[in-house]
Amino acid sequence: MSKVAASKGPSDQRWFDIVVYAIAAILMVVVLYPLLFVVTASFSDPARVLNGEVWLLPKGFTLEAYANILHNNKIWTGYGNSIVYMVVGTLINIVMTLLAAYPLSRPDLPGRKGLMMIVTLTMFFSGGLIPNYLLVKELGMVDTMWALIIPGAISTYNLIVMRTYFQNSIPWELQEAAHIDGCSNWRLLISIILPLSKPILAVMVLFYAVAHWNSFFNALIYIRSEDKYPLQLVLREILLISQSATEEGGNVGLEKQILLSESIKYAVIIVSSLPVLIMYPFVQRHFVKGVMIGSVKG
Amino acid sequence: MKNADVHETAAAPRSKPERGGRLVRQIAKRYDLYLMLLLPIAWYLLFHYGPLYGLQIAFKNYNPGKGILGSDWVGFDNFRRFFDSYYFWRLLWNTLSINLFSLLLAFPVPIMLALLINEIRSKTYSKLLQNITYIPHFISVVVIVGILSVMLSTNGPINMLIQGLGGTPTRFMESAGWFKTIFIGSNVWQNMGWQSIIYIAALSGINPQLYEAAKMDGASRLRRIWHVSLPGIVPVIVILLILDIGQFMNIGFEKILLMQNNLNLEASDVISTFVYTTGILKGEYSYTAAIGLFNSVINLTLLLLVNRFARKTSETSLW
Repeated sequence: MSKVAASKGPSDQRWFDIVVYAIAAILMVVVLYPLLFVVTASFSDPARVLNGEVWLLPKGFTLEAYANILHNNKIWTGYGNSIVYMVVGTLINIVMTLLAAYPLSRPDLPGRKGLMMIVTLTMFFSGGLIPNYLLVKELGMVDTMWALIIPGAISTYNLIVMRTYFQNSIPWELQEAAHIDGCSNWRLLISIILPLSKPILAVMVLFYAVAHWNSFFNALIYIRSEDKYPLQLVLREILLISQSATEEGGNVGLEKQILLSESIKYAVIIVSSLPVLIMYPFVQRHFVKGVMIGSVKG
Repeated sequence: MKNADVHETAAAPRSKPERGGRLVRQIAKRYDLYLMLLLPIAWYLLFHYGPLYGLQIAFKNYNPGKGILGSDWVGFDNFRRFFDSYYFWRLLWNTLSINLFSLLLAFPVPIMLALLINEIRSKTYSKLLQNITYIPHFISVVVIVGILSVMLSTNGPINMLIQGLGGTPTRFMESAGWFKTIFIGSNVWQNMGWQSIIYIAALSGINPQLYEAAKMDGASRLRRIWHVSLPGIVPVIVILLILDIGQFMNIGFEKILLMQNNLNLEASDVISTFVYTTGILKGEYSYTAAIGLFNSVINLTLLLLVNRFARKTSETSLW
C-alpha cells in the first residue's frame, strides 16, 4: 500500500480516485445486499415478504420464523449430525494430512519424488463419480457417516500447502540437530514440528471444517436414512419443497403451508450459516494466510 | 582379530550392491517415516487409484452380481451409445459453453478486483472492501442457490425493481435462457473476492521503484496499471488459468445440480449432472462410467495442451 501513498503528487488525477472509490462502493453494495435482504426477510411478516413489500428494512417485525425453527426437530437433528460429521471428519483430515505432509517434506526421505508423484497425479485425473460410488458401496460405507469422511480424508491441495509450510518455515538444521541428539521421527513430529506449526494447523482445521459444514453432495448420494441427514441436506429439502409449493400456488389450502415454509426459509438460511459467519471475522486472517502459503508453490 | 574378520566378510560383496545396501540402510534408518506414510499412501491407492481400476466397467456391461472383474467385456459399446444418443450434443454444448463463458467472463473479474484494490489509497477502505467481498465464499452452495431463488423469484427484489422501472417480471430460475447468466453471475458474486487474494499478494510484490519510474516518464495511473501492475502478475495469471482449465469440465457441478429444474433443463443439462441422474439414480453404472471417462479424457487433454502452450509462449507452466 505504501507505494500507492508515495505516488501522491500534483500530477495525480483526482477523477481516477473518485472512479476507484465509486466502483468499490458499488461492489460492496452488490455483495452485501442479497445477504442483508435475507436477514431482513427473516425478521419480517412472511405475507409481506411474499407480496414483495420488503426490500431493505423489516416490515411487520416478527420472530415467529425463529420460533418455528426452534420446534423443528428435523433441523436440529441435521444440526447435530453436521456438528458430529464436522468434528470427526476434521480430526481425521488433520491426522491423515499431517502423516502424509510431514514425511513428504523431509529432504532425506528415500523415494520422495515417486511418492509425491502418486499424490500430485491425483489432482489431474480421477476415476469419476461412478467408480468412486461403487467403491464406497463395496466397502459397505453407504448410509454411514464414514462415507462422508473416509473418501475425502485428505485434500491433496491442503496436503501440498502443509508440506510447503514444513519445508519453508521449519529449519531443516533444527530437525537434523534433534536427530543427532537421538530423537526419533515420531517424537520429532510431536514435540518439535507440531508446536512450530500452530498457524498452519489452524488454517487446515478451518479449511476442512468449513468444507465439511458446507458439503451436501456426498450426503445426497450416500446417506439414505433421514435421521442421518446433515444440515445442508435438510436445508435443501426446505428450500426446494417451498419452491415447488410456490410453483403449484393458488390453492387456498396450500396458502398457509406456503407461508410457513416461506417464513422459515430465510431464518433457516441464517441459522445454518451462523456458525461460519460468526467465526468469520476472527479467522478470516488465517484463511488468507492459507491461500498465500498455497500460492508460494502450487 | 575376530572383529576384523567379521568386518571383512561383511565388506566382501561390496563392489556392486553397495548402492542398494546403502539405500536399504537409509530406508531402515527412516523406517518410521514410512510408517507415518503407510496409512495416507494406502488411502491414496484405495480411494484415488482404486476407482481408476474400477473404471474398466466403462468397457464392460457391469453386473453387480458378477462384480467388476466378472462382468462381460463390451468394448466401446457404451461410448458409441452415448455418441449416438440424441442428448449427446446438448450435453457437450452445455458443458463446454458454461465453462468457456465462465473462463471468458468470470476469470478476469478477480484480476480486475485486485487491481482496483491495489489502487485504493485508504488502507481501511481497501481492507473493508476485501473483507466484504470474501464473505460469500464461506456460504454453502445450497444456501447460495436458496438466496438466488429468493432474490430472483417473481416477487423478489430483482423483479420488484424491474416492475418499478416499468418492465415485466421474469421467472429467472425457471428459464433456460437465463440459466447460464445466473450461474456465472452468481459464481462471480461468490468467488471474486476470494480469488483476488492471490493476485493482491502478487501485486504487493511488485517493486515500487517501477511505479516511480513510470510516473517520472509521465505515465498516467491507468497506464501504470497497464504497463507495470498487469505485467507484474502475468505469471500468476497464467498458472491460475492453467489450473482453471485443468478443472474445465467439472466446474460448479453441485451448483448446477441444485439449480436444475425441468423448465431450464435445455440449458442446465451438463455431462456431470447427467452422470449423476442416470448413473446413481437410475443405476446405469457402466454407461455413465464411460461418459465420465469421456469427460476426464477431454479434461486431461485440455490441460496438457494448455500447459504445453503456456510453456512455449510465456515460460510459465505447471511442469
